[in-house]
Formats: sequence, structure tokens, C-alpha cells
Amino acid sequence: MDAILLQLLNGLDKGSAYALIALGLTLIFGTLGVVNFAHGALFMIGAFCAVTLSKIFTLSHKASEPSGVDFLGKPKYDDILYIKDWFGETAGAWMLDWSVPLSILFAVPIMLAVGFVMERGLIKHFYKRPHADQILVTFGLAIVLQEVIKYFYGANPIPTSAPEAFRGSFDFGVMLGFDPNAIIYPYWRLIYFAFSALIIGGVFAFLQFTTFGMVVRAGMADRETVGLLGINIDKRFTIMFGIAAAVAGLAGVMYAPINSPNYHMGMDFLVLSFVVVVVGGMGSLPGAVLAGFLLGVLESFASMNEVKNILPGIDQIIIYVVAILILLTRPRGLMGRKGVMEE
Amino acid sequence: MQSLTKKDFLLLLVVAFLTMAAPIILNPFPAGSGLAQFNAGYPDLMQRFVIFGIFAIGFNILFGLTGYLSFGHAAFLGVGSYSAVWMMKLLSMNVIPAILLSVIVAGLFSVVIGFVSLRRSGIYFSILTLAFAQMSFNLAYSVLTPITNGETGLQISLSDPRILDGANAPSYPNLFGAQMNAATTLDFGAWSFTFSVGYYLCAVIMLLAFYISIRVFRSPFGMMLRAVKSNQQRMNYTGLNTKPYTLAAFVISGMYAGLAGGLLAAMDPLAGAERMQWTASGEVVLMTILGGAGTLLGPVLGAGFIKYFENIFSKINDNVLHGWFSFMPDGLEDMLIAVIHPFVGKGWHLTLGLLFMLVVIFLPGGLVEGGQRIGRVFRRKDRNAGSVEADAAAQRNTPPAE
Repeated sequence: MDAILLQLLNGLDKGSAYALIALGLTLIFGTLGVVNFAHGALFMIGAFCAVTLSKIFTLSHKASEPSGVDFLGKPKYDDILYIKDWFGETAGAWMLDWSVPLSILFAVPIMLAVGFVMERGLIKHFYKRPHADQILVTFGLAIVLQEVIKYFYGANPIPTSAPEAFRGSFDFGVMLGFDPNAIIYPYWRLIYFAFSALIIGGVFAFLQFTTFGMVVRAGMADRETVGLLGINIDKRFTIMFGIAAAVAGLAGVMYAPINSPNYHMGMDFLVLSFVVVVVGGMGSLPGAVLAGFLLGVLESFASMNEVKNILPGIDQIIIYVVAILILLTRPRGLMGRKGVMEE
Repeated sequence: MQSLTKKDFLLLLVVAFLTMAAPIILNPFPAGSGLAQFNAGYPDLMQRFVIFGIFAIGFNILFGLTGYLSFGHAAFLGVGSYSAVWMMKLLSMNVIPAILLSVIVAGLFSVVIGFVSLRRSGIYFSILTLAFAQMSFNLAYSVLTPITNGETGLQISLSDPRILDGANAPSYPNLFGAQMNAATTLDFGAWSFTFSVGYYLCAVIMLLAFYISIRVFRSPFGMMLRAVKSNQQRMNYTGLNTKPYTLAAFVISGMYAGLAGGLLAAMDPLAGAERMQWTASGEVVLMTILGGAGTLLGPVLGAGFIKYFENIFSKINDNVLHGWFSFMPDGLEDMLIAVIHPFVGKGWHLTLGLLFMLVVIFLPGGLVEGGQRIGRVFRRKDRNAGSVEADAAAQRNTPPAE
């Protein structure tokens, strides 16, 4: 029982990442009808926003007064961080510690801007082209973004740490009345899950309860009619693209402490996220979220030793097996609507 | 070759000439000169040209004709490589059984994957093939280690049984005794040309593959595949089951991929799982699109283009750049090099990505379409002609159906 609970928890953080990326992909697909292969790259750029901010925070200059002598007898100058100069000793230290959560503020405008530029500069010209062309051009864009990041940050993963307060793990089992040490779970992963639930809830609420969201939903259902009503639906869809990019970026920012960002993390997640989207049903937002969590949890269950003993290697392929089975038995995925992508 | 039209026969002849003379044509610069680094006429690279040419030709039969975009073709390449290496381990170092088996195994594999994947079309098909390929890749790395030797990759060793080989049979890949990497070098003054056995074996096989692809393109079967691409629904409504046709195309292209994998292993008896990764599948898509999907020559051009620039661009480093621009004033030189630096050497993929985007945006027909457009510019005169002449010119200039 406790082992099952542990795997469930383990599946949640990966599932959250899948769900967030798949949500963004579906937003783009549902509004603009574009298959965006560069979405994984947006996730990666988000993670590198966190890296960048912590790099900015660690910029330093030499102190003017020597603090002592080093082992060669020369005067030693301490490195002083600029943020400590500007915000004071304690606030500076706090900001450095909390650089990952703070990067959320930093990442949102950047990701929105990246999204707008991408949509206006490139994707716009591909609405009328076949899906194969869209896949190909965004695939090219993904390569370019990935290589640009590699050029500036190198090919090695860059460890980025969560705030001190969330760095440890806590004993979840004791809370539920199991033996101590049965279910140990890192705080940050729980935060990640809560954060993604918040974002997902936010996106749904935005679409459901605001006028803007209502117009966007109307546009998803029938773009032409909304356009004929005198609403500039293109502009709203562009904004939705920006929001989708921001969702992917935030997923990346918060994922940085879980998995050190490297330049190909986007591609690694992209393939799985596409599988998630297809399993959930193209164009269905709840489907994407459901499938994301479902596949994340299934993946972690498959990596239990008990399962692996019966079916060796199942943890490596479970997602694909499930995807193939679902695609063959339920052609529209779990919650796909009729008539989407069925030309 | 009777049934080829004159034009196709000419095309085949040109390709045959180019591949046969490649060791000379691709070495236009004297060895030892500063430009020698642009030479591509050494066996290793030329083999890759033709092998990936085969791969792309096969992919084009599926994607170019039926429009089904497979993102998992590297799986067949990998399977072909593995089976070829196993043949060399078990039977003989002669490459013939290895290549034959790689084609057969890849064919069987593609029957299974194709049968399942082709139940869906569009992006679902792409995702299904991608899922199968990633599955094969992951399995090759983990559970199937006894067969694939995991991360190390499958290699031949002296203790392998090789039941067909006698006691003093050669211990290197060979074709009835002729060593694959045996080569003769001819020197003409400052130029030196290398002719290798392996390259010519690959080249002959590629010509054969190219010939078969011409026949497929011109056959009623090829016409049926094009019909599937332009309107599959209509084909279904006329009471025709398109599945056997698409499946046949899928299996043919899978066998081409297996052939390419087998040849890769025959040139260098080593097979690793990374050949099956989805980036490798992406590469063949790039080659086909870059050259021109649905054209006969396009995939070969694309494969050659990408492999050539991959090789050349990744060799250029800052020292080479300084050598080129040394005639400029220092400041300008450094600035120019700083601008170019991210695109060459290790940054070659950046150039590839940009190039690929540009091609998809501006030249959806690839290099072949680019060539046709340039050709049309030179014939622009026709537009100013009188109406009768203009009609004739329009007829003449309409791009052929390929």
C-alpha cells in the first residue's frame, strides 16, 4: 500500500510537467490549428530563464578592502554580489536563495514575448499550409532554439537549486499513519504539483469565466462566425499563443530544480508530450491534463520492481504501449472531439 | 530498362555517371592546398552520401508519394544494422548475407509496424510511428541488451562462430574476399583520387535502388499512391481499399531503410542504438524535404547536401576562419569571425536548423524546386511572346508531374 502511494506521488511531478506542456500544445492546436513541434523548446527556454536569473544574481565584483591574506600572503579580496549591494545583505541572500520562484516573475514577460514573436513572425504564415509543413517548420525552429541555448549555456546540465526551505524531503508516511521512512517525498516536487495544479486551474478559469476566454472558446468552435461578428479573433489567438508559451515556460522554470536544465530537455519532453496530447485527444484541454497525469503515474508504476520482475523493460515503453493501444481502440483519444484533425 | 522513358533513362544515366565518377568530381581541389578541406572525395564520406541517399530515396517513396509523414524510420535503419552485424557474427564476414538479412528483417519489422500505424493517418500516423521507434530505441538500450549489447553497441569479435567462413577466411567485412575498406589511390599531379571497394559496392546498390524508385514512381502503383496523397477519402468512396497500397509503400521504404542500415554495418561492422533515436528519423525527413519531397532526384541531393555540409561545416574552426579573412583589417576580421563563429564547427546544427526553416518557408519543393525556379528565370523571355507562342511555352515549362 505504501509502495503504491509512493509511486503515485512520484508519478505526479512528471505527470504535472507532461500535463502543463500538453495543455499548452492543445491550446495552440485548439485555437490556431497549428501543430507546434517547438513547444518543448519553450519549456526548455523557461528552465533557462531560471538559470539566467540565478546567474544574474550571482554576478559579483571584488571588494575594495581586503578581508585578510590568502595562503601566499597576498591580500585577499572577497567577491561581493551586486544584489547584496543593492538590496542589502539579508534581502540579497534571500533573493539568491529564492531565485527559482523569483524567476517566475522574470519568465512570464519573456515567455509572452517569445510567444508573440514566434506567432507573428513565423506561425502566422503557416495557418493555411498543410500540417506536415507546420510540423517541419516548427521542428526546424526547435533545432534552432536548442542550438542557440547550447551556444550560450554549453552542453552540460546546469544544476539549479530550490530554495533552502524546500530542499529537503519530508516523511509523508507518518502523516498517513504508515511506518516512518516508508514514503519519503521531496518538498519541491509537492510544490511543483501544487504549482501546476494552480496554473492548470488558472488557465481553465480564465477560459471559462472571463469574457476574453469566452470569445476564445467561441473562436475555437467556429472561427469564421466569431470573425464575422466583428471580433478580431486573430489578435486573441495570438495572445493565447503567448499564454501557451508562458505556461510551457513556467513548467520549465519550476522544473529546473528537479532536473538540471540542459539544452535537449525540451526535445526529450516534447516527444512524450505529443504522445500525451494524442492520448488525451487532439484539441481537448481536459483530455490533455488527464492524459498527462495518467501517463506520468503509469510510468512511475511501471518502474516498480515488482512490475519490472514480471515484465522486464516495461518502464521504458509503457507510455508508448498505452498510446498505441489507445490510438487503436479509441481513435480520437480519451476525450477527443469529433472532426478534429480528421481530414 | 526498356520501359523507362527517354527522360528518366537520361536521369538515371546522369546519376550513374555522377556516382561512378564521384571520387574524381568531389575532389576538385589539389591535395595539400588550402581548399583541400572542401574535398569530399574520400571513401568514408562518399559512402555516407550514397547510404543516406538510399535511406532518403526509400523514405521518399512513402512520404513523397503517399504524404504519410513517418517519424520513426530510423528504427528500420537500426534493425537493419543489428541484423547485418549478427549475420557477420554468426555466418560469414561476407557482406552479401548480412545485407540480404538486414533487408528482410527490416521488411518484416515494417510489415508489423506499418500494419498497425497505417490504421490512422495524418498526425496520428506520425505519432504512432514515432512511438514505435522510441519503443524500439528504449528496448534496444535496456531489455534487449543480450541482442543489441546495450550502450556499447554490437560489435564483431574474433571468438564469433562464423560457421560459413573457413579457417583462413578474412576477418574483415568483405565481398568474396575483396576488403570493404581496401582502396587504390591514383595521383594526377597535385590531385589524388581514392577509389574504394566499399564505396563502389554502395554506389552500385544505390543505383539499383534509384532505378527501382524510378520504376515505382512511373508505375500504376506509384500513381495509386499519389492518388492516396491527393484525396484518400475519394479513393475510399470509389470502393477501393487503399490500405494494401500504403502498406506496400511503407514496407518498401522500410526495406530501403534496412538496406541502408545493413550497408552502414557492412562498411563499419558496428551497430548502436543511437541509430534508432528519433533525431535520426528527423534527419531523414530533413534530407527528403531539403532535396524536394516527391521528386526522384531530391532525396539523393538532400542526403548529399546535408552530409557534405555536416562534414565541412563542423570542420571549420576559428583558425580556418582567420586564415580566410586575414586580408581584412584586424577589427573587421574579428567582428566577422565573431558573427560567423556560432554557425560553424560545433554550431553546425544551428545552420542546419535555419537552413531547414528557410527551405520549408520559401521553397516547399526543396532544392529541386529551387533549380526549376532558376531555370524558369532564364526562360522568362517566353512571357513576352505572342499568345500562341506563350501557350506553347507554358506547356513546355509546366513542371513535370514528378
